[in-house]
Amino acid sequence: MNRDALTAKEFWLLSTLGFATLFGVWSAVALSGFVPSQFLPTPWGVVERMVELTAKPFAGYTIQQHLVSSVGRYLLGFGLAAAIGVPLGLLMGWFRWLDDVVSPLFEAVRFIAPIAWVPFAALWFGTGIGGPTLIIFMGAFPPALINAYRGAKFVEPRFIEAAQTLGASNWRIIVEVLLPASVPSIVAGLRISAGLGWQSLVGAELIVASSGIGYLMVKGQASISTSTVMAGMIAIGSVGIIIDVLLRRMEATINRRRGR
Amino acid sequence: MSEIVFEGVRRVFTRDGKDFLTLDGIDLTIREKEFVAIVGPSGCGKTTCLRMVAGLEFPSEGTVKVGGKLVTAPGPERAVVFQQFALFPWKTVWENIDFGLKCKGVPVAKRGEPIRRFIELMSLQGYESAFPHQLSGGMQQRVAIARAYALDPAVLLMDEPFGALDAQTRTVMQEELVRLARKNPRSVLFITHAVEEAVYLADRVVVMTRRPGQIREIIDVASVRRAEDWDRLEHIEEVMDQASFVHLRTRIWRLLREQQQPGEH
Repeated sequence: MNRDALTAKEFWLLSTLGFATLFGVWSAVALSGFVPSQFLPTPWGVVERMVELTAKPFAGYTIQQHLVSSVGRYLLGFGLAAAIGVPLGLLMGWFRWLDDVVSPLFEAVRFIAPIAWVPFAALWFGTGIGGPTLIIFMGAFPPALINAYRGAKFVEPRFIEAAQTLGASNWRIIVEVLLPASVPSIVAGLRISAGLGWQSLVGAELIVASSGIGYLMVKGQASISTSTVMAGMIAIGSVGIIIDVLLRRMEATINRRRGR
Repeated sequence: MSEIVFEGVRRVFTRDGKDFLTLDGIDLTIREKEFVAIVGPSGCGKTTCLRMVAGLEFPSEGTVKVGGKLVTAPGPERAVVFQQFALFPWKTVWENIDFGLKCKGVPVAKRGEPIRRFIELMSLQGYESAFPHQLSGGMQQRVAIARAYALDPAVLLMDEPFGALDAQTRTVMQEELVRLARKNPRSVLFITHAVEEAVYLADRVVVMTRRPGQIREIIDVASVRRAEDWDRLEHIEEVMDQASFVHLRTRIWRLLREQQQPGEH
C-alpha cells in the first residue's frame, strides 16, 4: 500500500470525494422516501433550517446566540484548564514533593469522565455558566497538565545544569528553562485539551444548561425536529475544526520560530 | 580566594546493584589563577572531577573545596563551559550571555556593558539577536565562553570545550582562549583528551590512569613556557614546533600509552 504523503491537490480531491459520497448517499436515502423526512431531512433541508435559525430564535435564542454562549463557556473552561494545568504540570516536573502529593490524587480523579461530573456540577454551580464550565475544565485539564509535566521532565539535563551553574534560582529555571523547553509538548497538550474540552462542553450542555448549542439540540429533539438537531451537529463540528486549525497553526508557527 | 582543593576524593557509582569505582585517591590543588588541564583515557573520571567542582556531582568519600569552602551546589562563581555548548536554543546570543547576569541580580542598565565587551572579545558583533541554531559550532562555543566569562567567575570549568569543533576552528579557539586566559587570569580546570591542547593551554597537566581514575603524574608546563618564552609566539603551530613543546607532549603520550588496555591499539 502506498503510504507516501499526498500532494495538496490529491488531499483536497480525496477529501472532497469523501464529503461528496456522504452527502450523495444521504440525499439519495432522504429522497427515496424510505425514511420519513421528519427523521432524515435532506442536506439542503438542514441548511435551510440553519439559515432559519439565524433569524428566528429557537429555545430562546438564535443559533448565533447559542454559539456565543457555548464558545464563552468553552473559553472560560479551557482557559482555566490551561492556566492551572500548565503551571501545575511544570511545577510537578520540577518539585518532586509536589509530584508525590498531586500525582496519586490526579490519577484517581482522571478516571471520572467529564460527563460523570454533570450531576455534581449541576448541584454546585447550576445550569448557567458555572456547571458547564466545570465539565469543560474536567475534560481539558488532564492533557494540559500531563503534557506540561512530561515536557518539564524530559528537558535535556544539560540545559538545567547550565542554568544552575549560571546561578539560576528554582523559580527562574521553571520560567526561563522548563517552560520554553516544554513549549512543543505544552502546545501539543493544549491541542488535545481543546478538542476534549469542546466535546465535553456539548455533552454537558445536553444535560446541564439553559442555552448553548447542546441545549438547542435537546430542544430540537424534544420537538422532533431532526433538522434542528443536525444543524446543531454541523455547528459543533465546524467550530471544532476551526479550533483545531487555529491551534495547529499556532503549533507550526512556534516550531518554526524555534528552528525545527 | 579561589583555590580548588581535592582531598582524598573517591567516587563510586552504583548501576544494577553493582558498585563501580570511577575515581580513587584524588589529591590535587589548583592554585589561584592557575590553568590546570586534566588528560586521561576515556572513562577515567576526568569529567566527574570537573562536575564535582561545579557542584553537579559529589564525592563518595573525601572533599572538594573551592576557596576553602566545601562545594555543596552549583554557583555562578564557578562557571562551566560544556562540550555540547548547552546554549539555550530559545534565547538569542545576547539573551544567553545576559542570563547569568540577570540571575545575579545585576540591574538591566549595568548589564549591557559587560555583554557588549564579551561579544566584542569573542568576535560576535552583528550576531547579538541570532539564535544558537543559526550559528556554526565554533561561534556557538564562543557564545558559551562569553556567557561564562561575563559572570566574572573566580573559577572557570571547561569540559572538552573544543571537542565538538573541526580542527581549524579548534585552533582559532585555542589561540583565543590563551589570549583571554592571559588577559583575565582565572583558576581554570580544563578537561580534554587532546594532549597538544593541554600542553598549549595549561600551566600544569594532570595525567590520569584508566578506571578507576587516579593521578598518574602532574607535569609542570608553566616553568617550561616561561623559560622558553612561548608567549612571544603568535600562533599555535609555532609553539607546537618548539623542541621543548614536543618533549613535553611526548612525555605525556608515553604516560597515556601505559594506560592502554592490553590488546588496545
